[in-house]
Order: sequence, then C-alpha cells, then structure tokens
Amino acid sequence: METIQLEIDGKKVEAERGTTLLQAARKAGIEIPTLCHDDRLAPFGACRLCLVEIDRGGRKRLVASCAYEVEDGLVVKTVTEKIVKIRRMIVELLLAEATTGPLEVLAEKYGLKGSRFKGDEPACFLCGLCVRYCAEVKKKDITCFIGRGIGREVAFPSDLARSACPLCRECLPLCPSGAWYSLYLKGYEGMPEEAGPRPGA
Amino acid sequence: MAKLRSASELKKFRKDILAGRDPARPCVTLCLGTGCLACGGEQVHRAFIDEIARQGLVGKVDVRRTGCHGFCERGPLAVVFPREICYLKVTAADVPEIVSETLVHDRIVERLLYQGDDGKKIVHENEIPFYKHQSRVILGANRLIDPNRIEDYIALGGYSALAKALFVMTPEEVLDEVKRSGLRGRGGAGFPTGKKWETTRDAHGETKYVVVNADEGDPGAYMNRSVLEGNPHSVIEGLIIGAYAIGARHGYVYVRQEYPLAVANLTVALEQARDLGLLGDNILGSDYCFDVAVHRGAGAFVSGESSALMAAIEGRVGEPRPKYVRTAISGLWGKPTNLNNVETWANVPAIINRGADWFGDIGTAGSKGTKIFSLVGKVKNTGLVEVPMGTPLRRIIYDIGGGISSGKEFKAVQTGGPSGGCLPAAHLDLPVDFEALERAGSMMGSGGMIVMDEGTCMVDTARYFVQFLSEESCGKCVPCREGLKRMLRILTGICAGRGRPGDIDLLEELGEVMSEASLCALGTTAANPLLSTLRYFRDEYEAHIQEKRCPAGACKELIRYHIVPEKCQACMICARSCPAAAISGAKGQVHVIDQSKCTKCGVCLEVCPSRFAAVAKISGKPVPAPVAAGTRIQGKK
Ligand SMILES: Cc1cc2nc3c(=O)[nH]c(=O)nc-3n(C[C@H](O)[C@H](O)[C@H](O)COP(=O)(O)O)c2cc1C
Ligand code: FES
Repeated sequence: METIQLEIDGKKVEAERGTTLLQAARKAGIEIPTLCHDDRLAPFGACRLCLVEIDRGGRKRLVASCAYEVEDGLVVKTVTEKIVKIRRMIVELLLAEATTGPLEVLAEKYGLKGSRFKGDEPACFLCGLCVRYCAEVKKKDITCFIGRGIGREVAFPSDLARSACPLCRECLPLCPSGAWYSLYLKGYEGMPEEAGPRPGA
Repeated sequence: MAKLRSASELKKFRKDILAGRDPARPCVTLCLGTGCLACGGEQVHRAFIDEIARQGLVGKVDVRRTGCHGFCERGPLAVVFPREICYLKVTAADVPEIVSETLVHDRIVERLLYQGDDGKKIVHENEIPFYKHQSRVILGANRLIDPNRIEDYIALGGYSALAKALFVMTPEEVLDEVKRSGLRGRGGAGFPTGKKWETTRDAHGETKYVVVNADEGDPGAYMNRSVLEGNPHSVIEGLIIGAYAIGARHGYVYVRQEYPLAVANLTVALEQARDLGLLGDNILGSDYCFDVAVHRGAGAFVSGESSALMAAIEGRVGEPRPKYVRTAISGLWGKPTNLNNVETWANVPAIINRGADWFGDIGTAGSKGTKIFSLVGKVKNTGLVEVPMGTPLRRIIYDIGGGISSGKEFKAVQTGGPSGGCLPAAHLDLPVDFEALERAGSMMGSGGMIVMDEGTCMVDTARYFVQFLSEESCGKCVPCREGLKRMLRILTGICAGRGRPGDIDLLEELGEVMSEASLCALGTTAANPLLSTLRYFRDEYEAHIQEKRCPAGACKELIRYHIVPEKCQACMICARSCPAAAISGAKGQVHVIDQSKCTKCGVCLEVCPSRFAAVAKISGKPVPAPVAAGTRIQGKK
C-alpha cells in the first residue's frame, strides 16, 4: 500500500492510496457529517452531506468526500461558509420528511429549529443503506429501488424476494429516517409463522 | 455484395454506381422523416408508386425515400430532380398531377410551390428563406439519400474519409486533425472532442470502447433522430474513424427505444456496411478490425448522462455513478470508453475529407462548425435548422423561422433542453455559440430551441421544466430530488396564486444548493430554468406573488373571463359555445359569466366576434360585479 500526504483543514494527514477523503479525515479525527455512508458498503454519494472543498493548484471544487479518493498534495477544507449553507439546506429538506435521531442531531448542529418545507408523513430519505446492506453484505436482494425522480421508492421487487428474506433484521437499525421500519413491518404482514419471528414482534 | 478490399475497390464501386445513373432521369425524393410521416408521407409514397405504374413510367423515373429534409412545418415534402423542384404539403391527391406534369412534361405545378410573404413562388429548395440562411453540412445529404441503400451514401463520397484515414493517415494524424478542427461535443457540455479521444487513447489498457449517444431525451428535440434515420452511415463512418484514432475495436450505439425507425435504419446500415467490408475484420482490406452493436435504451432523460448510459449498456440501472473517475478512463466494464453525441460523430467524416482548416473557418473563435437546432414553439417555420455557430438568434427565429406564428410579440426563446434557460428579446442579437449562451444564463445543450410569445407565462414555463426534471432524474441524490420536489411545489403554488413573500428567495437558495451539491450534471443544471427566468422575468414572479396576477394571462387559477356589459351585443355565440354552460343571457340581454361554473377554457374570448371584443381576460384585479339578470344591451353600434 502506498501512503500519500494531503492536507485536511490545515492538518497534514497521511492516507493510503485508494481510500477516500472521508476515511482519511475520520482517521485524523476530523468529523464530516454523513447519512448514506457505511464503511462496509461501496460509496453511494446520495445524501451529499459529506461535501468538502478540494483545492488543486488553485482550482476549487466541491466533492463528496465519501466517494472521492485521496490524492497526493491535495488541500481539503471540510468546513466553509458555502459548505455549511449546503449542509443546512440538505438537513432542512430532509427535516420536512422526518425528524428522527440522526437528523435531530444535525438540525441542532446547523441551528435549525424546523423546516420551511412542509412534509406529509415520515418519508424515506432513499439513502439506500438497507438496500445496499442487504445486497452487498448479506448478498441477498430482498429490496430494491423502484421508480425514478421524485417517484423513487424502496420496495420489495416481488413476493419471492420477500419470502427469501432471512429475517436477520440487521438492516433495521441502519435506517436514518425510520421509514424502513414501517415498510418492513408492512412488507411482512401475513407472513407465515414458520418463516420465523417477525421483526418487532 | 462482395467485400471491398481496398481504397481503390471502394473508388471503383462508387464509379460504377455513378456510371449506372443517368443524371437527367427524373427522380422524386420524398421526405419520410418523423414530421412528414406524421402528415401522411407514406400515402404520398404509395400514390407515387401506383401512379408511376399507371402511367407506364416504371423504369423511366425513380422514387427515392429519404430522411428528414428539415422543413417539417410544410411536409410532406417532395423534391423532383434533376431540376430540384420543391413541392410542399403534398397529398396523395396531388400525385397524379405531379407525375404527368413534372415527371413527364417537366412542367411545374405552381400551386405546390413555396409562396413567400410577397406572394412570389419559389421553385428550388435552397432559395426558400427557411433553407437559404442555413449551412447544412450534416443535414444537407438527407435529401439525397435513401438510408436503406448504402450505394446512395457511397455515391456522395461516403466512406472515402474512412479510406483516407485508414490508408493515408496514421491514428495520430486523425486525432490531430480532429483536435485542430476545434470540434466540440454536440451532446450538451461542448467538451473538445479531440481532447476526449486522446484521453481514451492514452488511457491504460488494451480494450477500449467507443459509443454513440443517441438517447436524445429532451422533449421536442429530434436532431439526432433525424440524422440517424436519414443518414445513418455518416454516424457509422465517423464512429469507425474515431475508433481507429482511439484504438478501439468495439463500439455501441445507444438509441432510445422510442426511435424504432432510427433503430431499423441503423441496423440495416450496419448490415450493409458489414457486407461491403466497411465494418468487421480487416476493414477495406486493412489490418484494422472494428464492429458495432446497437443497444436499445428504454431510459429516462437521465440515461443520456455518460456514466448512467454506460451502466445501462452493462445491464445495470441507468443511474449516474458517484465516483470521480471519467468514463474516458474507466467506462464500460471499467475500460476506457469514449462517448460522443450522434451529431459529433457525424461531423467527423467531413473534417477528415475537407480538413481541419475548412472546419475551423466555420463558426466563432471558441465554437467551430455548424449546429443543428430543432426550432419549435410559436414560430412559423418549425423544423430542423443547421447554421454556423455564431449565427444570431434573430436570424434563426426570424429569417429562417419566419417569425412568430401567433401574431403576438416574441417573448423568449428557451435553448438547451430541459435544463437550459430562457432568453428575452434583448438577447435576440446574441450569436449562438457555447460561450455566448452560457454567459447569458442558458446553454447550448443538444440544440433544442423553443420560441415563446407574449401569451407564455415564464413562471409556468419554469414550472414545466422543473416538473419534467423532477420526474426524469434518477432520484438518487438529495439536493436534486428533494430540491426539485420543493421547487416544483413552490412554483405550482405561485402559478395557482398561493405564492408567498419569501418564495423567490427560497427558490434561489434551493437553486444554488442544487447547482453546487448535486451528484450529476442533471442536478447541477436543473435550476437553470428557474434561475434564468428569475434573471430576466423577475417581475412576472413578483406579479404572481404580490398581485396574484399572471401578466401573460396564462395561469388558469389567476385569470377570470368577464363580459363587458357595455360591449356585449347579446349575439349568443359565446353562450352557445361555452362547454361549461356558464354563460347566461338571451337575445337582447347582456350575457353574464357565472364565475363559479367557468372552467376558464377561453372559448368565449375566442368566439366573441372581434368587432364586439366584449370578452375580457382579467388577472390581478377583481371581476366587476355581474349586471342584474335581464339587463338590456346598449344600442347596436
Ligand atoms: C441528464 C443528462 C442527460 C444527457 N442526455 C444526453 C443525450 O440525450 N444525448 C447526448 O448526446 N448527451 C447527453 N448528455 C451528455 C452526455 O453526458 C455526454 O456529455 C455526451 O454524450 C458526450 O458527447 P459529446 O462530447 O459528443 O457531446 C446528457 C447529460 C446529462 C447530465
Ligand atoms: S455520505 Fe457522502 S453523499 Fe452521503
């Protein structure tokens, strides 16, 4: 493994080539907020909370630190006025959908009392942690994304997929919005007892 | 067909085709492009076949089916060679006369000719104002080619650029020529084509791919479709030359499923090219091997994005990827992959044949060559327009497009597709090129151009595009998905009279975050329709929000129809036409619209005789109280 040097928030940081800015920052004790990231999963880049500013020879750019690989000599800032503004707006957008644990913490951090957007009911953030955990770690494809644009949803592709669920329930605590829990419960309604204990039962 | 095994065999093949043709023999070329087919082109073609048989002319005259000629507004089009007499809006009923008059006696059927505003008839296609101001480098050949006959393409010198590239030039020289030409991508971003080719060429690895982007997801755009349908070989030839320069042996054409004719013509063209040894192993007897597969995409607008398109070809969901690696370096199956738009590829043979200097002489300092636009909306001559880069908007909209069709004033032109922008009249003299459009807050995109008149509401226009994007994005990243969702709700509210102070600021804030934080270029450009209309038409937003008034009179919730009692002549026309039966009144009595029943379809305004002009559209003001039932009209004028 080749070790390279970069600078994050003024700190000289060492990182292994092929790792991400997020990993390098966390290793150096610099916290970057994330909602769709999980070390066990491939970078997804959906929540955009982890945006940081990179500077390469004076050319500045915002990138998702969870997906951007470290580069030698890169200068990174994890907090700028612009970044804070963006993160605030992202949290505000999501606050309209749900007000669960991780989001509450972020709202507090960015000084948000509520959202200017009105939500309907607790909704999924589509971070995909449940879908990806099931596919990448458990090697099952019990759920998937369906639809696109504002119609995108997490769903069971078929009854067959659902009945193949090992009911490990490891995906449940991953959910940052709480929406997965209710979908999960709904999805397993009417499942025969011999399929094992029902989640939440 | 025997395979051609050298450049000279190709030359001889072409000579034989030309020798077998009598240039004096009459030939009708019929446009069977998208527009003309929709207007009955197929029946016209049938009628020609039947009539030629009936008049005993089989073998004496030819009929050629071609792709789109561009002047779709006046289709179906028929051009009779050798004199190139251009007939417009031809119907099957006109065919016997064309055959007996023009084909047999070489006389012109005057009534089918183009007639200018001055009443003068124009015989030749290229003298019609719509064509006169164009430079049809790419589209020009469409009218001369039956896309299902490779001979037609070769007769025009087709595949000679490929022969030149393979036998006279090294891959480096081909690359250099394209670089020097200044060609930039026609798919949206305007990336320098040669530079992109070089990146893939220099990228690590043996296996490389070249891909044609024919996804063309912009609503109303059909430039790529018309090139693929009408002249597929120009794209294939460009692709082979590019592949040779890059060192690729496999290519893909990603075509949207909704273009069955493009898929069919492309498939036939590929087979014919293969049969002639222009594709496959040892092309034209050289040691270069290359072949192409067609991938039919059933994707959303977002599938046209490079990484999404490649995911779709690989059989995965067509979503942009989060990784910061260019597809030119790691594309299809992780291999270096060069993606270009249909029109970009179609420019390549001309550049190789005529040289980088010739190409570089067309256009502006930063944008070379021509660009095809699909000119639609409230313009007289809708159709496909190809002009040199740098042509002023006014020339395109007025000289070529013939000006506004509705008799109203020009208001704005939307360029660049769904994530482009709207430019006002003050920008009509803007030279259309990549830089100028971007500076003005819009973009080239792939060449959509929608002309809008005074009756178009700019808030509603922004709402329309935001809605399109909110449904056609992949929905993966938060700023784009949630941003568009909220933007759509706010804009819908403003159009419905529910706008609140602060909405504009919030929209701008959202737009900024979407532009900065989104995962792919769909999201980072998705706020353009909003931001450009705010930049040029902010007063319209304010009127909607503060006065609940739609200045264009287009937003239904903000308008009311009212019959002015002093003007009403009690003719009953509006009352009888109202589909909602919302108008009361009788002979001699002032008509009154019941606002609670009115559906605001506007029929009353349309049918009220212009000499009375008694129906008024009201926005931002209360409707005057209705007159008492039975009020008599004031004396006839
Ligand atoms: C949302 C989105 C949709 C796109 N759709 C198309 C398309 O339909 N056709 C196209 O050629 N390029 C499209 N592009 C641009 C492609 O990503 C890519 O830049 C282009 O095909 C490269 O070809 P060029 O260099 O010849 O322009 C799209 C980009 C985005 C972000
Ligand atoms: S953690 Fe990087 S985008 Fe969500």
